[in-house]
Order: sequence, then C-alpha cells, then structure tokens
Amino acid sequence: MTRHLPALIIVIPLLAALFTAGSGWINQKAPFRIAVAALFLSFICAVLMLIQVVTTGIAMEYRMAGWAGPMGIVYIIDHLSALVLVVITAVSTLNLVAQKKSIRTEFNDKEGAFNALYILFTAGLIGMTATGDAFNLYVLLEIVSLSGYALIGLGNSRAPLASLNYLFLGTIGATFYLLGVGYLYIATGTLNMAELAIIIPQNMESGLILFAFIICLTGLFVKMAMFPVHGWLPEAYSQATSVSAGLIAPLTTKVTVYIMIRICMTVFTPEYTFGHLDISGFIVLLAIVTIVFGSLSALAQKNVKKMLTYIIIAEVGYMVGGFFLGNRLGISGAILHIINDAAMTLALFLAAGIFIWKTGGESRSDLKGLFAKMPFTMAGFVLAGLSVVGVPPTCGFFSKWYLISGGIQAGNFLFVAALIFSSLVNAVLFFRLFEIAFFEPFADADSHGSSHGSHTHVGALTIKEAPLGMLIPFLIASLTLIVLGLYSGTIVTNIIQFAIPTGVI
Amino acid sequence: MKILGKLTILLCGVLLLVFTMEFPDWGDPDSPASTHLSPYFIQHTMEDTAVPNIVTSVLADYRGYDTMFETTVILTAGLACFLLLRIERKKVPHRYYRHEPTGVTLRMEGDKFPRNSAVFQRMDANWVPYDFVISRTCRLIIPFIQIFALYVVAHGHHSPGGGFQGGVLMGASVILFAISHSLRAAIKSFSEKTAALLSVTGVFIYAGTGALCLIFGEVFLNYSALAPLFGNDRIMARSHGILMVEIGVAVAVTAVMIWIYYNLSSAGKQDEGL
Amino acid sequence: MESIFSLVLAKANYAVYIILMMVGLYAMIAKNNLIKKIVGMTIFQTAIILFYVSIGYKRGATIPILEHHASPETVAHGAEKMAAHAMDAVDVAHYINPLPHVLMLTAIVVGVATLGVALALAIKVYNTYGTVEEDEINQQLRSG
Repeated sequence: MTRHLPALIIVIPLLAALFTAGSGWINQKAPFRIAVAALFLSFICAVLMLIQVVTTGIAMEYRMAGWAGPMGIVYIIDHLSALVLVVITAVSTLNLVAQKKSIRTEFNDKEGAFNALYILFTAGLIGMTATGDAFNLYVLLEIVSLSGYALIGLGNSRAPLASLNYLFLGTIGATFYLLGVGYLYIATGTLNMAELAIIIPQNMESGLILFAFIICLTGLFVKMAMFPVHGWLPEAYSQATSVSAGLIAPLTTKVTVYIMIRICMTVFTPEYTFGHLDISGFIVLLAIVTIVFGSLSALAQKNVKKMLTYIIIAEVGYMVGGFFLGNRLGISGAILHIINDAAMTLALFLAAGIFIWKTGGESRSDLKGLFAKMPFTMAGFVLAGLSVVGVPPTCGFFSKWYLISGGIQAGNFLFVAALIFSSLVNAVLFFRLFEIAFFEPFADADSHGSSHGSHTHVGALTIKEAPLGMLIPFLIASLTLIVLGLYSGTIVTNIIQFAIPTGVI
Repeated sequence: MKILGKLTILLCGVLLLVFTMEFPDWGDPDSPASTHLSPYFIQHTMEDTAVPNIVTSVLADYRGYDTMFETTVILTAGLACFLLLRIERKKVPHRYYRHEPTGVTLRMEGDKFPRNSAVFQRMDANWVPYDFVISRTCRLIIPFIQIFALYVVAHGHHSPGGGFQGGVLMGASVILFAISHSLRAAIKSFSEKTAALLSVTGVFIYAGTGALCLIFGEVFLNYSALAPLFGNDRIMARSHGILMVEIGVAVAVTAVMIWIYYNLSSAGKQDEGL
Repeated sequence: MESIFSLVLAKANYAVYIILMMVGLYAMIAKNNLIKKIVGMTIFQTAIILFYVSIGYKRGATIPILEHHASPETVAHGAEKMAAHAMDAVDVAHYINPLPHVLMLTAIVVGVATLGVALALAIKVYNTYGTVEEDEINQQLRSG
C-alpha cells in the first residue's frame, strides 16, 4: 500500500472532486463532507510519506503508467516535496473545516461546484509539488490558476475585475514558464527533471539554457508577485471571499517559491545557478526592493486584509532573497520560511475571516475592543502577529534567524538590513492593531446602554466568541506556530538538511 | 503607458530573436529534440501498445497522466463558468410573445403566460426573424456531424483523431443546434444537468480506469493490468485501455463545451441565448 | 553576408512566431478594451503552440502515424502479426517528432479553458460596471 501513496495522494482528491461536483446536483449537504474527508485522507497520505522518506532516507519514485524515466511521467517524493505536501494538505483541510459557516451562507445553491473547485485547487498544488516532469508541472499550474481565478472572482463587486487582472498576469507568467520549458526541450530533448539535471551541467556554456533559465524564472516571479510584477496580488486577495483568501493566500505564492527552488536546485543544478551564472546578486537586490516595498505599502493601508496581502509580498521577498544568497543557511532559511509563512498566513487570514464575520467591516477601526469581546481569537491573532514580527519562540523568529545568518555569511549586509527593517515595520503594524483592539471600547449597538456608567468596567461586556467551528481550527493554526518554532531545529536537521544538495556550503 | 509597453515588448522581442540564433535549423533531423527521446516512441509504439498512431499512444499511454489532468482542466473551466455566472431566475419581470397569424408582438407581465399555445410563440428580447433555410439545413447536417464525431473518436488509433477532437465535434453539433434554433430548444433536448453530470462522468471514466489499474495491483494508469478484464494479452490491453480513456475524454469534452456555451451565451440566466 | 542571410532563413519560422508572440503580448498590455486584451492573450498562447509544433518538424518526413500496408494476411491475423511486422526497421527520420504535438494538444485545451474563464469574468465585469473599457471602469472605481 505504501508503494502507491504518491498516486493515492492525488487520486483521492481528484475522484472526490468528481463526486462532489456530481453530488452537488442531488444533495446540498454531501459535497462539504466528501471534501473534508478527501482532504483529510490526503493529509494522512502526506504524513505517511514524510515519515517514510525521513526514516529510510531515500526518495520515493513512482512511475505513472508503468513507464520509467524520460519516456513516461515520474513522481519523485524526496524530503523537500514531502514536507511541502504536508503543509499543503494541512492548510487546505484546516481552512475548509474552519470556514464551513461562510461557505453555507455565501454559496447556497452552488456548494457542489465550489467544493469541487476547492479540492481541484488543492489537488493541483499536490501534483505540482510531487511531479518530476517539467511539462506536467505546467498543466498542474494551470489547474491551480484556473480554479484560483474562479474562486477569487466570486467575491464582492470588485472581485471579477481583480480576478481578470490576475488572470492576465497569471497567464503571462505560466506561458513564460512554458516557453522556458520549450527552450530546454530544444536544447536537450527531454522533459524529465532528473535527466535535465544530468544534461545541463554538460552544456553550461549554451546560451539557450541561460535564456531558458531567465524566462522560466521570470514566469515564476510573475506568479509569486515579486516587484515589479506584484500588481495583481493585493487587489485579488483582498477582494476574495474569506474562504477563498484563506485557501489561496497561504499556498499559491509559497508553492511557487517551492517550484523556483526545485527548478533552480534540482533541474539547473546549484553549480549552474550559483556558480556559473552571475545573476544571484541582482535577484537578491530585487528581493530587497520587494521586502522594503511590501513593508512600506503595508504601513499605508487602512484595510486589514490589504495590509496582510502586502505583508505576503514582503515575505516572498524574504524567501527569494534567502534562496539566492547561495549558502546552506540561506537556503535552509528559505525552505523553513515556506512552512512557517504558510502557517502564519493561514492563521492571519482565518483571524481576518473571524473579524469580518463578527464586525462586518474590514478596516482597522473595526477591530475596536475585540480584546475584551473575543479573547481567544485575539490571543491567536497576537500569536500570529508576533510570529510575523519574529519574536521567539514563535516560528517566525527561527526562519528569520536562519535568513539573517545566511546573509551575514554571504556578506550581503543590505539583505540583513532589509530583514531587520521589515521586522520593525511589522512590529509597528501589528502593535497598532493590538492597540486599537485592546484600548478602544467595543463599538456595538447593544453596548451603548452599558457603556454609560462603565467606561472602565471591561468585565461588564459579555464575551461573545466566534462559534467553535471557526475558533478551534484557528487556534490549532495559531498553536502550530509555537510548535513549529520549538521544533525548528529538528525540522532543519532531519529534513531540510537532506533537501539541499551536498555541494552547497 | 503605451510607450512603456512598446519599449518592453521591443526589448523582449529583440532578446528572444537574438537567442534564436542558437536554435537548431528548422527541419533538422539531428537536433537534440528529435534524437534524444522521440526515437524511442517511434520505434517502440507498436510493440508496447499496438497502436500505430504515435501521437495517440504517447498522449494516452506514455504521458497519459498529463492527459488526465488536461481533461481535469477543461472540467475546471466548465465548473468555473458555472460557478461565476449561473443565476437562477425564478421571477421574470416580463416576456415577449409573437402572435403567429398576425405578426403582432405582445409583452406580458407577471405570471400569466400562455404555455404551449399553438399560435403564440415565445421570443427573445433580441429577436431575429425565424429563418426556415438555416434551421432546416442545420437539422439535416447535425446527425452527420455527430456520426463523424463518433468516427473520429473511434479511429484515434489508426488515423488522426482521438478523444479531444471527437468531443469538440460532438459539442459543436449541439452548439450549432442552439445557434440555429433557439437556446431554449437546445436546453430542452440537452439540459444543463445532463451536461454537468456527463462532464463529471467523462473525467471519472479516465480516473476510474487508472484507479482500476491500481486495484488490480499495478501502478496507476498502467493499462496492462486490465488484461484479465479484457481477456487478452498485456499489449492489447494497453490498446483497449487507450480506447477507454479516449471515450472518457470525448464525453467530458463534449459536455463541457456545451455547458460553457450555455453559461456564456446567456450570461448565466439560460433563458435567452444568441 | 551570405552566411548571415542563410542563417536567418534557416530559423525564419522561429522569428515569425516570436513576432506573433510580441503582437499578442502588446495587445494584452497596451489595449484598453478588456475583450481586446483577451484576444491578445489568445494570440500569445497560439504563438507558443506554433513555436512548439515547429520544433518537431523534420525535412521530408510525414505525419507520425506508422504506415502499415494493409495486406490480407495482416488484416486476418490481428495485432500480433502487426506487431511482428512493425518490428522490422521503422525509420525514425521518416516520421516527424510526435512529442511536441502531444504537448501542444494539452496546451490548446488549456488555452481554451483559460479563454472560457476569462470571458465569464468579462461578462461579470460588464454586468457590474456596464462597460468593458478599462479607463471607464477606472473612472467609476475612482468616483464610486
């Protein structure tokens, strides 16, 4: 059975998506249950695969349709993919369970189609992570993109335009990636990632391979919203519904960063990317600009969701810059940050979803007095905020530590300065939010009567928390931040160490 | 903005053109693309899969996993159009009816509609006069298009064809019916629920064949595992497996083409079309 | 001069597709009307498809369907006989490269799917704002 796990982790969600779409026409309650069951099963598969890869130490290889190597499509689960698979399935399941109420209210008669697109999005991400074939990656990237466009386009009145802009830029990015794969195919004649990794070091001088690298990387940068092609992200993520944002925001950019790492490290080997090409300095500079731009733009926002999206842009800058530093510490920091950032963004967007559900508004001032009204939610939000700032023992601190150490070792002090600057800006951002939530009185109709004589009696307000269905997954997500932080060392030494090829110092 | 756009495009184009100098010549049989991997497919397709059409065997067998996701992409597009556009119109404000003998147009408000009346014909808001020649000609041609579509699907092994091509032809025949008559007539004969369920069934045939191979003990999508099911040797089982998935693809593509057309042409309301 | 000319001519097909690609990309970036942008996107994707297909061409080769000369014994004896017959010398240079065709079947379908979703979104934008011109939409966003 464990032999077939790499196939099962995709087949189960795919078949479940079909059943969900079909049953949506017959029964309205069934789609959600099938979706949750399928995603939870794929989470179990991912965990089992991670355990197997870590204990045996060798990557799992699965030949689709029975054909080996370049003839057929091969799935390779090594340390890096197994780790990212666990993250994808966990985030997806948690988000679906947490947002059950919003799905019920917003998509009343189209639940079948919505849940089917949700599962297809996750299945596409799982496939992108596990595949070992460059063209298969493109097809799965398009599944993810198409379901993403549809899920985002369902929001309020500004959502279709935001989604259309995202569609244009996303298509440019994916098509550039396809063009890059075409150049690689012309130069080498194969599409299999493992075989490309053997052929490319023999042809390092080829201009075709250089151009393929540039074009692939440009396409991926468009898809992960690096400066200057980041324009689609803030509008698209902030106008989406809370359930779509909670799924797409933590995952899309991070998995695209994972693909960049996979292509730069596994396909174009580290000797080529860091040794032969002289591009790393320029890309780290681009990442620094992204970090500074994202942080400063987040300062200027009044809308909480938009602020979070600019923080996502800055985090992408961390990961790309950390990776292109070229040393082991930087790459470990980037990979660790993929996991941490997915967890942090999930927690933040779930919190934003709860706030919007509670107060109905999205701007900063709507957070007034929530500390007293919803203490558990605010506790989780404080944890997530501290993690973004980088306070130990939350996970954000540890990935920043690795990134800063990598920057110091590479001698790139501009990157270190940008990281510290961004942490300070994040601190300002979040403490401003905490201040509004803690010190301002709760602005609600039924508290006017009691506030006449009880300005300082916070205890007179009743605690009206979010419903348990929303609260428990959110608290699980927030507590994971601390757990990830405490186990950072274990993760790095047992998993990430083996994900980086031995040639990198 | 336009100047910036023109400059970017010019730069991009010049860069791309410069790098074409490194390409192998057009039509060169010794380029790496033609010598590294493809000779295996050309030489071994008959002994591995017994299918002479190399494109079909690569599409549905060697790289069959890609094709499964391609079918999923088209299903995703159908679901996305449905999710984005579809609105139920329970209460309509008014409808237009045309009195056949006199040619007088009536606008009826509220709920009192003459249903199935012999002399009153329902009209769209953008009504064009009913053209006898077009509708009768299309009625004559559509069955032949559908037979040709079935032929294309079934002969994917030996001539250019396959699931996608046949599916699009079949879908086009129903769309032709919708254009030449009216959208409501097409929906009555091929309803949206049928289209949705058929599209899911098509992808299920594909993924189900792969899962069946998994149940029989082999790797996912390894059709030779189905040899005991078909009753012949492993190579012919691959050929039959390819036919099964092509049928699944054709069903899915047909249904999704029709579904997307229904949703796009009526902007989701599905009462008045083009 | 001669060598440069022959060099350009030998790779003229790639140049044509790159020009087509840039036309599509320009339409996506610079045009005002959303539908024109969508058309530009389709041109862009189609140019990539043509580019890939031209990779597989071999001079003097035919379509990648193995020619089997139908004779009574081949038809009567079925597939095993056919497989045995085909074992003798399939000339690789006689058939064009099938792999780009396979890849581009997938890319065409993906392009159609993206076109469908883009049009659905454009319909929704039209229903909300009443126009598909981007400057008018921006004006409405700024004022409303």
